[in-house]
Amino acid sequence: MAQADIGQTIAKRRAEILKDWGHQLRDGGALSSGRLKEAELDTQVREFLDLFVQAVSTNEADTARKALRQNVAEVSRARAIQGFTPTETATFIFSLKQPLFDALTQEFGKDSAALIQGLLAVTEILDGLGLHSMETFQKSREEVIIRQQKEIAELSTPVVKLWDGILALPLIGTLDSERTQVVMENLLQSIVEHGADYAIIDITGVPTVDTLVAQHLLKTVAAARLMGADCIISGIRPQIAQTMVHLGVELNVVSKANLADALGAALRATGRTVATIKSASGGSALSKA
Amino acid sequence: MERIPILKMGRALLITIQVDMHDQMAIALEEDLTTRIAQTGAKGVLIDISSLEIVDSFIGRMLDNIAAVSRVLDAETVVVGMRPAVAITLVELGLTLQGVKTALNVERGFELISRRLAEIETVVVEIGAEDERSGD
Repeated sequence: MAQADIGQTIAKRRAEILKDWGHQLRDGGALSSGRLKEAELDTQVREFLDLFVQAVSTNEADTARKALRQNVAEVSRARAIQGFTPTETATFIFSLKQPLFDALTQEFGKDSAALIQGLLAVTEILDGLGLHSMETFQKSREEVIIRQQKEIAELSTPVVKLWDGILALPLIGTLDSERTQVVMENLLQSIVEHGADYAIIDITGVPTVDTLVAQHLLKTVAAARLMGADCIISGIRPQIAQTMVHLGVELNVVSKANLADALGAALRATGRTVATIKSASGGSALSKA
Repeated sequence: MERIPILKMGRALLITIQVDMHDQMAIALEEDLTTRIAQTGAKGVLIDISSLEIVDSFIGRMLDNIAAVSRVLDAETVVVGMRPAVAITLVELGLTLQGVKTALNVERGFELISRRLAEIETVVVEIGAEDERSGD
């Protein structure tokens, strides 16, 4: 039996197969999560089956198959983004097997050799598409993860201006080499933009400081110095200070207990001071006006 | 061969590197600068590298060398205007230019040098005053 025969069989029993497949998908819970509308699923199912028939029946099988794979990729990508599980995504393809097998059995029931051949051919194509579907699904998820990583990296490294010529870099989270790179670039760029003399690196939010993190910090400090800005490190927590000493980590830079002290030191170094004014007696001096 | 001009500004020398330096040029610069410091008795050297986009370990070491030589001749080197990308590259290469002073731009670099010049002047004046007193 040629593949064209399979194509004809499917085309002939199209309505029946579509109904069966639809049932299979609904029983499998394709719609239960509410992420996919019934009409949407119907369109996907119909498009896929039409492309499938073309792929097995036309002479230009290559272009048709390419279109079919493209269709599978699109459906899988959409499901990955909508948050479907891998099983739910793969079921879209694999649940077509049963209806197709039924249709083939009814058509070639008497001719067992042809039936086996037909089943094998259909299985091969569907399995291939299933794998392709999984691959696309996985790839889409990875893209999402990479994008989120980038967003996190950018979000978590703001450089804030505390005063004319004084910048603060509040670090939160673990410092790996990739983040250090982003932090360093942001800081150096801000130093140029603001014409800063002092940069305060606050590590209150850094959970652990091992030799590697210390090295990353030192690199950042050295790069800032090359640009002509001095660095102050602040917010080293007591436990971290102990670990650092035990590990033999030495940060040969000015360090202050907290951000306030560091700001004070930077202000003094730039010839400024903070003074209390007497008139602020009682009540909030801050007004929203 | 192309040479980088060395400008004299009061008691300081100003070098602005406007082109991408190759090794020969760097060596020539080091020689020229040494001669000029000796000739003029300059107390400060300002190197503006704000146009420099590409650095390698050789250029990094040359900056270090220049600073060391100048120090021996009693002139202070200030490297100014380093680009962020260049700073990152030098740090990754392990060249932190420990003996060199840095500043964000020429203006600030000049302030640094002026401060040093002022210190030297004061010392001279004070000693002069002491001489007068002891002469009395």
